[in-house]
Amino acid sequence: MATNLLLNIAWTHVSTRVRQTLVGMAGVAMGVSFTIMMAGLMQGSQIDFLRQLVDTMPHVTVEDERRAVPAQPADQEYAAVQMSNVANINKRPGIKYPESVMASLRSWLPGDVAPSVKTTAIIDHGGGRIGVTLTGIDPRQEVRVSKLASQMREGQITDLAHAPNAIIIGEALAEKLAVKTGNTVVLIGGQDTELSATVVGLFRSGLKRVDEGQIYSLIGLAQVVMGQSGVINQLRLRLRDPLAAQKVATQVEAQTGYKSVSWQEANSDLLSTFAVRDFIVLTVMGAMLLTSSFATYNIISTITHEKRQDIAIMKSLGMREYSVRRIFIIESAIIGAVGIVFGWILGYLLCYAWSHITIFNPLTGTTVPLQIYYSPTHYIVVAAISIVCCAGAAFFPARKATRVHPVEIIRGAS
Amino acid sequence: MSEIALQAVGLVRRIEGVISHTLVNGIDLSVKKGEFLAVTGPSGSGKSSLLYLLGLLDAPTEGEVIICDQPTSKLSESERADVRLTKCGFVFQFHFLLPEFTSLDNVLLPMRAAGKLPEKDMRERGLALLTSLGLGEHAGKRPNQLSGGQRQRVAIARALSNRPEIIVADEPTGALDTASTEQVFAILRDIADSGQTVVVVTHDPALAARADRRIHIVDGKIHETIEGRERTPKVSVAVSATAAEP
Repeated sequence: MATNLLLNIAWTHVSTRVRQTLVGMAGVAMGVSFTIMMAGLMQGSQIDFLRQLVDTMPHVTVEDERRAVPAQPADQEYAAVQMSNVANINKRPGIKYPESVMASLRSWLPGDVAPSVKTTAIIDHGGGRIGVTLTGIDPRQEVRVSKLASQMREGQITDLAHAPNAIIIGEALAEKLAVKTGNTVVLIGGQDTELSATVVGLFRSGLKRVDEGQIYSLIGLAQVVMGQSGVINQLRLRLRDPLAAQKVATQVEAQTGYKSVSWQEANSDLLSTFAVRDFIVLTVMGAMLLTSSFATYNIISTITHEKRQDIAIMKSLGMREYSVRRIFIIESAIIGAVGIVFGWILGYLLCYAWSHITIFNPLTGTTVPLQIYYSPTHYIVVAAISIVCCAGAAFFPARKATRVHPVEIIRGAS
Repeated sequence: MSEIALQAVGLVRRIEGVISHTLVNGIDLSVKKGEFLAVTGPSGSGKSSLLYLLGLLDAPTEGEVIICDQPTSKLSESERADVRLTKCGFVFQFHFLLPEFTSLDNVLLPMRAAGKLPEKDMRERGLALLTSLGLGEHAGKRPNQLSGGQRQRVAIARALSNRPEIIVADEPTGALDTASTEQVFAILRDIADSGQTVVVVTHDPALAARADRRIHIVDGKIHETIEGRERTPKVSVAVSATAAEP
């Protein structure tokens, strides 16, 4: 059957029902535009959050521990004997020969590595005491593995080397402790270590738990607070491709034997939450598109009902049933296609308008714009789903209408 | 090639249900090429049902319809549609033109569905058909801009557009005034005279008398067959052989 004829009939049907056709197109356009806007908004906020997360922490962290507890010598010697309360061998903490390990990693690593010391401390100022994580860093190497330098709001990370017992703290922590740059605070570490430290800079990562619970110093100071001179208990890796972190962590762990944790593993609970959120969002978006296709269903149902006589005549003239059915599916496709184009335009405009909306965060006291992610994939996927929904919405009323026996209609009309 | 254009053999059409009803009850019939056959009978006698069976719009419960030497009882619905498209032309009591399309587009519909001619040739043929039926200047008009007789003539042009072997007409003058009735019947007579087979169901005995042969149906059976026609003067509007077969 000539496609031109079917297109001609379909176009005539939709173009002579302007109001119905426009309503159908508006339904599709609304569904498509809001779905695009939602997809951009959800993915934008997710990407923004992950970017902050990835920027704030190392892509891979090598720690001075093993993933599995090593077997005790007694266990190895007496395998058939049940033993309990076997004391651990006291070993000095830290990564053995960290410089050698780093040199070895640098030979193949698609990124860079820097040493650090991680310990806990209590920061005391004016009677306020807050437990924090203290990370001792080498400012010259740190710039290669973290965005700390760009997150500085006051001072620079090189200032750590310009004052004795210098520390850098988060803006949020400074606010809680009422500390300003240049103030002196007391650091209380393990083994009754207590010393004065000077705040030489403030940073803001955007993550509350980091900005309130993380401070930085030189490696030497962290070792003193920890009570372990000369120890390096962390290697921090930054990769050119953050998404390769899991694979690299596995390789590093296999090479060094130390537990290597990628940023994905460290935030696996968060990422699984994202997966659940993605599923919910996809379900909602699918439901929106499906609902919008009901407008098309209604219109095609109405047209097929009104055109029962024409259907009978076309069949009696010799047009095949599936050809007549295709007419209505083409009509739906026309409504869907035009609706999709308008939906794309409207969706883009909505995204643009939404990206200018700012949200005030009372916890941080900051105002941030809504993050929108613009992706051609959103437009293509939404259009594909929408056109399938429209075709499906047309198929069933069209099939029902074209199954009618022409004689029944002709007799009825006569 | 036989001289028989249309043949019905033991044709039965029964509607099954709580109470079965037989519409056509064992009809045997042969219609020659170029013959004008009129089917008459009282309401509910089964004449329209017979016509639908002969035109492959309906399938018989028993028996066979042979169109141009082609048995049709074993054809699929799609194959029956193809036969309708290429070998049969239909004219109904009501014009049944597609209301959004012009007269010319309605005439072109079967040709476009068959897709055998270039668009230019189809349009030329469609215009020639409309002109031969006195509707040349109405080619661009929609059905609602035409009179009842004009609409029916457009429907006849549509039936002729694919140059079918057989024209099947179900009370084509049933909704027309006297003048239009004369015109339409004259056209159908001319079609038969130009070599195409015409089968017409009509209630009008005067018009049926102009057919080459009349069969009278009662209770789904042929009750009477009358050969020969009464000669009447031709009406001015008539389809030309060149339009029917360019």
